[in-house]
Formats: sequence, structure tokens, C-alpha cells
Amino acid sequence: MDNLVEIDDITFSRGDRLIYDGITIGVPKGKITAVMGPSGIGKTTLLRLIGGQLQPDKGDIHFDNSSIVKMSRSRLYETRRRMSMLFQSGALFTDMTVFDNVAFPLREHTRLSEDIIATIVALKLQAVGLRGAASLMPSELSGGMARRAALARAIALDPDLIMFDEPFAGQDPISMGVLVKLIRELNDALNLTSVVVTHDVNEVMTIADYIYILADKRIIGQGTAQQIRESESELVQQFLEGKADGPVPFHYPAQNMEEAMFGVTS
Amino acid sequence: MNKYRVELMVGVFVLLTIGAVLLLALKVANQTITNQGDTYTLFAKFDNIGGLKARSAVKVGGVIIGRVDSIRLDQEDFTPVVELSILQEYNAFPETSSVSILTSGLLGEQYVGFQPGFAIDGVENLKDGDYLQDTKSALVLEDLIGQFLFNRGKGE
Amino acid sequence: MNAIHAIGAKTISRFAAAGRAALMLFGALIAMPRIKNVPLTIKQVYVVGVQSLLIILVSGLFIGMVMALQGYTILVDYGAEASLGPMVALSLLRELGPVVTALLFAGRAGSALTAEIGLMKATEQLSSLEMMAVDPLRRVVAPRFWAGLISMPMLALLFSAIGILGGHLVGVDWLGVDSGSYWSIMQSTVDFDKDVVNGIIKSLVFATVVTWIAIFKGYDCIPTSEGISKATTETVVFSSLAVLGLDFVLTALMFGIE
Repeated sequence: MDNLVEIDDITFSRGDRLIYDGITIGVPKGKITAVMGPSGIGKTTLLRLIGGQLQPDKGDIHFDNSSIVKMSRSRLYETRRRMSMLFQSGALFTDMTVFDNVAFPLREHTRLSEDIIATIVALKLQAVGLRGAASLMPSELSGGMARRAALARAIALDPDLIMFDEPFAGQDPISMGVLVKLIRELNDALNLTSVVVTHDVNEVMTIADYIYILADKRIIGQGTAQQIRESESELVQQFLEGKADGPVPFHYPAQNMEEAMFGVTS
Repeated sequence: MNKYRVELMVGVFVLLTIGAVLLLALKVANQTITNQGDTYTLFAKFDNIGGLKARSAVKVGGVIIGRVDSIRLDQEDFTPVVELSILQEYNAFPETSSVSILTSGLLGEQYVGFQPGFAIDGVENLKDGDYLQDTKSALVLEDLIGQFLFNRGKGE
Repeated sequence: MNAIHAIGAKTISRFAAAGRAALMLFGALIAMPRIKNVPLTIKQVYVVGVQSLLIILVSGLFIGMVMALQGYTILVDYGAEASLGPMVALSLLRELGPVVTALLFAGRAGSALTAEIGLMKATEQLSSLEMMAVDPLRRVVAPRFWAGLISMPMLALLFSAIGILGGHLVGVDWLGVDSGSYWSIMQSTVDFDKDVVNGIIKSLVFATVVTWIAIFKGYDCIPTSEGISKATTETVVFSSLAVLGLDFVLTALMFGIE
């Protein structure tokens, strides 16, 4: 299969804490790939690694067959124009209107006239259903609208790859439904490749073409939604069904409680 | 925020600053006298310059005609040499002119008083680089008192 | 043993921070000549300069007035109240103008810069710029740095100018010093190159340091509400100390040796 992004056996640690221990992920072109896992596992970190904002300790990451890790700074900036990222908070620039936010990448990277920019921005906002909100400031938007505005900005330059960082976190069911629909539709309409990082199992299962499940520093399961559901791995099942205790323990690693409290040694 | 308003206010800011610089340059530092036109240089040797400093004024009857450029010691006869830069527009002083170091007021700062000499036939005007021959040193208060006491003692 | 360890770790982290600060400034300034940055810089001049104008003008006016009042009561004992003009002008141009402006600037604009950039970091706007292939150093840091560098000397000049006018207001209009001698003795004492230009140089140095500290503290802060509040406090404290310390060094270099 033709992969746009290849993550090849990377190890990454932050300070003394090991985050990834040799994971390999392929993101096929034109598909939606989901990366799921419990909170605090470093899923956002994965997106930052793909974007070249962080460097892995070991292993390599390829974008369209060129290595992100070994790229020069100017090449990296060149490559980043072909990807975009939807941050959890939306990360709209709070000092400009929604219109200017969406126009921002166009003004930065192209020499288009203001007329053409206005047309493109209107089209992108129409795609996310916010054309009427063009003149609002980000502080006047609800969380879901802010995320949609950010999505319009992310697709402004027609990137090849778009990365979603927890797009469904903290959304009401309607906004969630809207976002799910948008991700699927935009992916098909613009021939995008999408990476969705999330822990909302149900939503992502409906749209993802291929799913990776990350836990405990490595990949514990992968496959299509169907394959994942039928997986025999205890870990995967615990994650899908949301059981409190299982292979992913309820307790943060600690000394045995009896020992710690009463000094009893067995 | 209105973009036009931002630019307007920054423009007002710049204009205000230019106004402040003009005020400081013209009204406070009186910049006009120091940088006005070309100057030529004269030298004068004094026995004692007292408290004269570089940038002290050179005046003729109270009118500033230039400034002290630098003060150094002649290595041969160990007398101070004062370099005066005089405005080019005052370029017709005769060679017989004299200079003395004076004090403005009782405790004021010292300046160079310039007395134009008489222009008679055969006396040329001072040129760039000339030495003024007739100089009077600064009055040093201690010397003055000493002299006064000495004269009184002689008189009795 | 632990104390030595802690001191060593602290020292190393300080050096690392200094290194990051230098790299940040280098990264921001290396590619300055970009036409696109000019409107951004103008906007920041508005934010850090124009919006600090009121506090600077009011403070300058009052400091000039207070100095005239204080100076007069001392000078009048020696019958030297005519020297009020140069006293006010020289103190303002050489010291108070640059220093007080820098301190006010650190409190008014520096803390705001730190908080703004810190919040941009916390809300992932900086990361987002980076992912849009826009270098936040050039887009966010450089315009703010240049705006600080441009604004502060302008503010200091305005501060001195209005302070001298304030001194005139109290000294001449109220206490009755002769207006002619207020200006003329000032004119014969104040030297443009030595006093005004040196004041501007001081102000430029302070502007560099204060803006640099403010931006770096924001850029390097821990992106939480606690981290931002700590960074903002540190900006004001560090830049005030740096300004006062540097003022001594600069004064010694400029005016100390005849």
C-alpha cells in the first residue's frame, strides 16, 4: 500500500520518561487513519513528531518518502506547507477575526490578490458551515465552532495531510456529529490523508479506515474497525469497552499498600 | 481593532517624538551654535588654564564665536596648548588679537575671552592653524591672595 | 552533597536558559528584512509604544515638577536658583528619562508582552504557527522585539521633554525663576552629543534588555496559568534589576571618566 507517512520503529522519551518504545505506523494515502489510546499516552506527541516539532531518539519518520528527521530546517518548513494540524484547542489567533484566521496561511504563503483570498476563504468557511461567522472574533465562538473555524484554516492551503488532535474532546453530541461528518467528507472531497488522534472510540470507529491502538509505549492492536472489534487481545477489549481495571492497571505503579502503610513485609 | 486607527496613532507618536527631539535640540541644548557651518582652528598657549575644559565657549564681548576643541600639554616647554575652533563667519581677526581665560560670575564656569586687536597696515588676519601670541592665563584665587599679601608686606 | 548538587543543577539550567534566549533572539533577527513584517511591527509599536504614552507623559510631567520643587528649595539657599534649568534638564536627559521610562516600560509593556506570548504558547498558537510553516520567531518575536527597540527611546525622549516643561511650569510659572535664565543656562550647560545622545544610547540598551527579557520569559514559560504568572513577575523583577545595574555601568562609561 502507498503510505504518505511512515513511522519506522521510533523510540522517544521526554526527560527520563520513555514515551514510545519502538512503534511503527503507516498512514495510507487518501485514507483516514486513527490512533487511539488512553489519555496521557503521548498521542499528541506523535503528531508533533510527524510535524517535525520534536525529534525521536531513535528511528525515522518519512513524509512522502523523505525523512522528516534528517531534513534541513528550510526543507522542513517547505514540507510543513503540505501538512496541517488541527489543535485540540483550535489555536485560532485571538487577535484577528475568523476571516483573517482562515486567510492567514494564504497571505503568508501565497501571493494571491485579496479578491481571490476572499473567495477562497468564503469557500473554506462554507465547507465547515461558518461563512456567516466570518467577521466574528474567536472569543465569540463556541468550542465546536472554534474547532470548525480552525479546520477551515487547516484546509486553506489544500494540504496533503491533515492531523487532528483530539477533535472530539469536550464536544456536545451535535458538534461531535458535525465534526465526524466534516472529517469524513473533507477527506473524500479534497482527497486528503487524515490522521485522527483520539480516545473517543465510538466516533472514530465509524469513520476511520485503519486504526492503531497505542498503550503502554507500544502498539497493542491495529486493523480496520471490524478487525479491531473482533480482536482477541485483552488490552484492546479493555480499551474498547472501557473497563476500569485490566491489563492497563487502575493503579499508578506504587509500593504495595499494606507495606507502605503498615510496614508489613510478606 | 481598526487598522487605520493604529497607523494614525503610531504616526502621532512619531510626530510627538520628533517634536520632543526638536525641543531638546533647539531649546534645551541649543544645538544651532555648535554645528552651524564650518570652523577654523587657532592655537593659544597659556601658562595656566585654570578650570577651562574642552567645549568651553570662546566669546568676544559676550558673543560666542567658537568653542574649545581640545587641551593638551606641549611636550617641549610644558605649557598647556588650547585648540580653539572658531566659526568660519568670524574670520577677520587681526594677528594682534589676544585671548584670556575668564570666569563668568564669581563661581561660574570658565571661558576664553577673545579681544580683537587693532587692524593697522602690515598686520595680517589670523589664519587656520595660527598661534595667538598674546595670552593671559586664568586667575587662580590662591595666587591672587598670595600676591595681595606679599604686596601689603612690602608696602609697610 | 545535595546542596552542591542543587546549586550545580541550578547553574546549568541558568546557562541553558541564557543559551536559549540567545538562540531565540538570533533566530528572530537573522531574517529581519521582510516587507511583510513592517505592518506587524507598526501594530506592535502601537501596542507597546502608543499605549504606554499616557503613563510616560504623566510620570514625566510629575517627575519634572517634583524635581523643580525640590531643586529650588536647595538652590535658593545658595542664590543659585537660576541653575534650576540645567539641574532638571541634565538629571532627566542623563538618568531619569532613560531609567524611569525603562522601569515603567517593563511594568506596562514588558509584562503584557510576556503574558501575551505565554498565552499564545499555552493556547498552542505558537505550535500552530510552526505547523503552518510560519516561523513564530519571525512572525511573533521579531516584530515585538523591534517595536520595543523603536518605542522605548522615543518614550524616553518624550519623558525628558515633558519633564523639562514640567520643571518650567513649577520653577518659572509658580516659583518665579526667570524664564530667560531657565532656558539660557540650560542651553549653555546641556550638550546635545554628550547628554541627549548618550541618553538615547542608554535607552536603546535598556530597550534591548527589557524587551528581550519580556519576550524570552513569555516564549520560554511553562504554558500553564501558574507558569505564565511566574514568568510575568520575573519579567518585571529581572528587567528592573537589569536596568538599574546596567545604568550604573553605562553611567560610569559615559560620564564617569573625564
